[in-house]
Amino acid sequence: MMIQLVFYVFAAVLIASSAMVIFAKNPVHSVLFLILGFFNAAGLFLLAGAEFLAMILVIVYVGAVAVLFLFVVMMLDIDFARMREGLQRYAPLGAAVGGVLFAELAMAAAHWASSPVMPEPITGGLGQPGGPMTNTAALGTLLYTHYILLFQACGLVLLVAMIGAITLTLREKPTGRRQVIGKQHERMRADTLEMLTLPLGFGIDANGGFLRPAKGYYDTAVPGSYGVPAAPEPPREEVRKVDGDAP
Amino acid sequence: MNDAFAQIGLGPFLTVGAALLVLGVFGIFLNRKNIIIIMMSMELILLAANINLVAFSAALGDLSGQVLTVFVLTIAAAEAAIGLAILTVYFRNRGSIQVEDVALMKG
Repeated sequence: MMIQLVFYVFAAVLIASSAMVIFAKNPVHSVLFLILGFFNAAGLFLLAGAEFLAMILVIVYVGAVAVLFLFVVMMLDIDFARMREGLQRYAPLGAAVGGVLFAELAMAAAHWASSPVMPEPITGGLGQPGGPMTNTAALGTLLYTHYILLFQACGLVLLVAMIGAITLTLREKPTGRRQVIGKQHERMRADTLEMLTLPLGFGIDANGGFLRPAKGYYDTAVPGSYGVPAAPEPPREEVRKVDGDAP
Repeated sequence: MNDAFAQIGLGPFLTVGAALLVLGVFGIFLNRKNIIIIMMSMELILLAANINLVAFSAALGDLSGQVLTVFVLTIAAAEAAIGLAILTVYFRNRGSIQVEDVALMKG
């Protein structure tokens, strides 16, 4: 009886918070309700005996995905009032589709019967309570033997997702100071180092200065040498397309 | 079969999954303009699928359903990351994320 009470509490909070995800006016509240819903789903997973998945749900969803949503919602400056204009217009259509879907699911549930002959489990009863393995150990045993190819493919999917997300959002700053290795390697000794023979009694100021150019230095010194700007570069052409819209 | 799961039964779990699925589909239609809520509704639909998988896994005494749930969680996380990245780039270029504005490909 106690277990059923716990189940119904989890289920009720889960469904209520998912409804609030949809109906909340403020998207930040939607994300917070989504987090609450994931916590309750983790509770349901625990009741079904999937301890590892419950923990993964809390860590991956609440810790990563939901926080990512929250970050994006808070970072983007969106006019949320304009977002909700069409709510009344679309509500009947959504309700109709949802109602049809729910009716079909109810019909399927009413006329559904499982096969009387249970198929042989692929896993041979691994990870059952009272068995030799815990849920996590059994899941790992399966993942690394039967499902190793799918597991590797999942790793590839995550890698592609990571590279894609970085490539999409990485922005080259035009004002950034970056190291240009080719330019560094091109630099010859004569470009930077100037050997001077100083007459006796003259300071280095008369010959171009050392670290701090003298007052009249810029009149006498060779353009392009130390401390003197070379001929001004022509303005760089703006290559970045400003607007994608054709007139 | 799990002791706690045996007391609850398969039906209530499937009902919760069905309700979540319907709520997710309804959310997609209701918030046609707000693409962030649409993505959250997709997460709800995937969560419904996960609840069904875990419930059947417990009912059949077969761990394959839970393995499948791990994969679904992976794909959902990747999808959320890519989707939000696209959203951020789109907002940076256009200054809005109105779904109706995304008609550049329409001839």
